[in-house]
Amino acid sequence: MIDSTKRIHRTTVGFALLASAALMLTGCSVTGAGTSTSNYEGDGTGTINALFMKQAGYSESDVAAMIKGFEAKNPKITVKPTFVAYEALHDKIVTSAPAGTYDVVHLDVIWPADFASKGIITDVTKRFPDSWKTDMLGGALTSAEYKGKYYGVPWGPSTKLFFFNKDMVAAVGASPSDLTTWNGVLTVAKKIKDAGIVKYPLAWSWSQSEALVCDYAQLLGAFGGQFTDASGKLVINKGAGVEALAWMKKTIDDGLTDPASVTFLEDDADKSMAAGKTAMELNWESTFRDQNDPSISKIVGQAAVMPTPAGPSGDHPGVNGSMALSIGAKSTHQLAAWKFIEYMTSQSVQEEFVKSSMTNWKSSYTKTDVTVSNPDVFKAAGVAYDTMVLRPQVPNYNSVSQTLQVEIQNALLGKKTPQQAMDDAVATANANLG
Amino acid sequence: MSVASVKTVEKSEMHPAQSGKPAGPRKREKQGRLAFWLLLPAGLAVFGVIIYPIFRTLIISFFQVNSALATDTPFVGVDNYVHVLGSASFWESMGRTLYFTLLSTALELAFGLIVAGLLNAKLRARWLFRAVVVIPWAIPTIVNAAMWKGIFSAQYGALNALLTQLGIIKEYQAWLGDPTTALNMVVLADVWKTTPLVAFFLLAGLTSIPAELYEAAKLDRARWPRIFRSVVLPMLVPSISIVLVLRTVEAFKVFDIIYAMTRGGPVNGTQTVAYYAYTTAFSDQNFGVGSALSYIIVVVILALSAIYLRLLRRSEMSLL
Amino acid sequence: MASVTPQRVLITTPLRWIPDTFDFSRYGQIFNGGADSVGATFRAAMMNSAVVAVGTVSISMVVGILGAYAFARLRFRFRRATLMIFLATYMLPQIALLIPLYLILNSLGLLDTTTGLILVDCALVIPFVLWILSNYFMTIPDELEEAARIDGTTRLGALFWVVLPAARPGIFAAIMFSFLLAWDEFMYALIFTSSDAAKTLPVAISEFAGRYTTDFGLVAAGGILAALPPLIVAIIFQRYVVSGMAAGAVKG
Repeated sequence: MIDSTKRIHRTTVGFALLASAALMLTGCSVTGAGTSTSNYEGDGTGTINALFMKQAGYSESDVAAMIKGFEAKNPKITVKPTFVAYEALHDKIVTSAPAGTYDVVHLDVIWPADFASKGIITDVTKRFPDSWKTDMLGGALTSAEYKGKYYGVPWGPSTKLFFFNKDMVAAVGASPSDLTTWNGVLTVAKKIKDAGIVKYPLAWSWSQSEALVCDYAQLLGAFGGQFTDASGKLVINKGAGVEALAWMKKTIDDGLTDPASVTFLEDDADKSMAAGKTAMELNWESTFRDQNDPSISKIVGQAAVMPTPAGPSGDHPGVNGSMALSIGAKSTHQLAAWKFIEYMTSQSVQEEFVKSSMTNWKSSYTKTDVTVSNPDVFKAAGVAYDTMVLRPQVPNYNSVSQTLQVEIQNALLGKKTPQQAMDDAVATANANLG
Repeated sequence: MSVASVKTVEKSEMHPAQSGKPAGPRKREKQGRLAFWLLLPAGLAVFGVIIYPIFRTLIISFFQVNSALATDTPFVGVDNYVHVLGSASFWESMGRTLYFTLLSTALELAFGLIVAGLLNAKLRARWLFRAVVVIPWAIPTIVNAAMWKGIFSAQYGALNALLTQLGIIKEYQAWLGDPTTALNMVVLADVWKTTPLVAFFLLAGLTSIPAELYEAAKLDRARWPRIFRSVVLPMLVPSISIVLVLRTVEAFKVFDIIYAMTRGGPVNGTQTVAYYAYTTAFSDQNFGVGSALSYIIVVVILALSAIYLRLLRRSEMSLL
Repeated sequence: MASVTPQRVLITTPLRWIPDTFDFSRYGQIFNGGADSVGATFRAAMMNSAVVAVGTVSISMVVGILGAYAFARLRFRFRRATLMIFLATYMLPQIALLIPLYLILNSLGLLDTTTGLILVDCALVIPFVLWILSNYFMTIPDELEEAARIDGTTRLGALFWVVLPAARPGIFAAIMFSFLLAWDEFMYALIFTSSDAAKTLPVAISEFAGRYTTDFGLVAAGGILAALPPLIVAIIFQRYVVSGMAAGAVKG
C-alpha cells in the first residue's frame, strides 16, 4: 500500500489500471472469502466474542450474570459480550461476517434462511441433540431452523401479547372477556373514545420497520391467513391478507388507532400506553415489566395482559418473534462457542431469568415454582406459543419485508387501497423471490 | 468543491512564479522532490486508507455478490448497473435525493445570505451573535436528528404544542407520518444545522468586498436591491459556488440524519439514494448491486458539480 | 434568529411537559450511573469521541500543513492533478468503502479500536485541511518567506517560523472544521465499532434514541452533553473562521 501511494502522485491513470489488473490476477473471489480449510473447531478454550441485542428480553445485566455463571463453570473460556440495538443487529452481523469477529451471534427468527443460505452462520445439526427437538417448544425451534437443519439453539421464544389498561376498560363498563375478539376490542375502544378517556384507545408499532410486519402477521393469523402458499409464493393479496390490512386501515379511519402509529416502534407504543395515552396495544412479553416499572410508567398496576384477541376465523395464533444463538461461520472457536450456547440456552439458566424472557423448554411451563415468578405473562404466553404464525422464511427476507412495509404503509396512509397495495406487494416480492 | 477550489488555486498559481525568480529546470526538480516528501504523509494517510477499497468496490460492482462470505461470485459485467438503472425504486430514491438536495441547498443559501448579512452588520454584540449562530452547526448531526425527532413527535412534540397553543392547528399531527411531510421535515432539520456553515462561507465572501464599492454604488444613488444585485452578488459568486458544490455533494450523500430520524420511512418517503445503497448492500446483502449504486452516486455528484460550475461561469456574474 | 429558537425549545421541552423531578436526575444518571448503565456507556463514548477527535485533528493538521505548504509554495509536475485527486476523494460516499475497509481494519486488528477510527477519519478530514490551508498559505506574501530564506533558514524552517504564525486564522479555521467533522462522523463509527472500547458519541446517542424513543429528556440531556465540546471549540474559534476563510478559501 505504501508503494501504491507513492506512485499515485506520478501516474494516476496507469496506476488505476495496474491495481485493478493486479486484483483480478490474484484471482481469489471478489469478497476475499477463501475456501481455506483451517481449523475452525478450536480446542474449546480461549476468548469468545458474543454479539447480543439490547432491548426487549434479557437485559444487559441478565446476560452479564449468565456469563459470570458460565465462566465459573468453564474457567478456560472467557466471554466478551457486545450489545447493539435490534435495528443495528442484522447489519452488524453482516458486516462482521467476513472477519469472523463474533463467535456467537444473537439471531432473530426471520434470519436463519438469510444467514444460512449465505453461509454466515454455522450448521450445528450434528451437535443438536434429538431430545431437544421434542423438549423445546415448536415455535421456538423454528428460530434456529432452515430447510430441516439447525443453525443455532433457540434462546427465548417470544410472541406479541395483548396489553390493556384495566381501569380504562372497567370505566366504560367492559370486562376482559369483551376483549377476546378483535371486534370486541373495537367496540370497547369506541366506548373509551366516546367517553373521552383517551383520544386514541389503540396504539401500534406501524412505522416502516420489522415491527409493522409483526403486527400485520398477528392480524393475518387472526383473520385465518398465511403469508405463503405451499409453493412458497406470497398469497396475501387474497382473502385474509387484504381483510387484515383493510381492518388496520379502518381503525385509523374510525379514529380508534392513533394515526401517529405509523411512526412508532414497539417502544413508542409501549411508552404511549405507559403514559396513559393509550388503552390497548399489541406488544412483546417484556412490555409488562415496563408497564409496572414506576420509573417509566404512570399506570403501574393498571396494566393487564392476555392472549391476543381472535379474528373472524376464531383463531389467534401469535406472531413468532423468537430468538436464537448461533455460531458465526468464520469463528475459530466453534467448540467453545457451542459450550457457551449450550449453557445459555439450558433449561436451568432460562428458568432463572424467566422474568425477562420466557423459556423454550416445554416442561418449564408446568413447573409452578417457575410460572409463579411471572404468572400473568405465563398464562397469556402459554396459549400463544401453541400456535404461532411465521413470517415468510425466505433467504432474501429483508427485501421482501421492506416491500411489505412500504405497501402496508401505502394502504394505511390511504395512498393505495388495501387490495391494490397487497397486489403490488405480492407482485414485487414474488419477483424478488425469483 | 474540488473543481471550484482547483480553479482558485489555478488562478493563483501564477503567484509564486510571478514573485519568485523564473524557476530553472533543476530548481524545479528539487522543488518537486521536496513537494513529494511533504505530500507523502498526506498521501499515505488518505490513499493508504481508501485506494484499495475504491478498486475493490469497483470490482465487486461487476460481480454478483449475495453474501459477504460468498465464494461463488459469477462475473456479471454491467448487469448490476443495468439492474439499478432499470429499477423503479432507484429512480424514486434518486428523485427524493434530488428534491432533498435542491430544496435544502436553496434554503440554506437563502437563509445563509440573510444570516451572513446580519452578521456583517455593525452591531454592538456582534461576537455574541456570531457565537449564537454557530451553535446549530456545532451540534452533532445525530443529536440534531434526535432533537428534531422530538420536536416533531406526534405525542409530545414541541411543534405540535406550539402550533396548537397558537391555534394554528387543532389536533396534534404526526409530522413524520406522511412521506412528503416527513421529507420536508428532514430538510428543515438539515437546513437548521447547516445554514450557519453556509452563512460563514458567505460572510467570508462579504467581508472581502471593499467598502469603496458600496460607496461608489451609493454615490450612483443605487437602491439596496440594485446594490445587492450588481455589487454584492457578483462579488459573492466564488463563495456561492463553493457552497453550492459543497452542499450538493454533502446533501447527495446524506445518510446519518435519515438513519437517526426516519430510517427511510414512512413508505420509503425519506429514503435517499445513499440510504438505499446502504440497505441494498447491508440489509439485503446485495453487495454487487450496492457497489454499483455507490458508483452511480459518485458519477451523479461529479456531473452535478460540473453543471453548477458551468452555469455559474456562464452567467454574467462571471468572476471565476 | 430562527436558529436560536428551536434550541431554546429543546431545552425548555422537558421543563414544560415532563415533571420537574426528572430534570437533573438525567444528568445524574449519565454522570453517576454504575457499570452496565446508560451512564457508563455514555461516559465511555464521550472519552472515545474525545480521543478520536483529538487524534484525528492532530494527525490531520500536521500532515495537512506539510501538504498544504507543498501545494501553495512549490512548483512541481501534476500539482493540480494531485490536489484535484485529493479533493475528489470527498465525493466518494462512505458506503462505497465500508466492507473492504472493514476487512483491512480487521486484518490489522484495529476493529473496535479508537486507533482504527482515527485512521479512517483522517482520510476524510485531511483533504479538507489541505484545501483550507493551501488556499490560506497562498495569501501570505512570499516576501516574508523570501526574507527569512535569505537569512539562511531552510524551507521547513520558514514554514514553521514564518508561514505558520502568519497563517494563524487559517489554521484555527482548519482545526475547527476538522474537529467538527471528526466529532460528527457517524457511518464509520457505526460499522467499525461496537463496544464501549471504541464506540463514539453519535453511535451511543443513536442507540439511546432507539431505546428511549419517547424519553426525550434523556436524549436531550445526552445530546446537550455531546454537543458541548464541539460547541466550545466552535465558539472559541468561530471568529477565526471568517477571517480564515475570507482570506483563504473564498478569495483564493
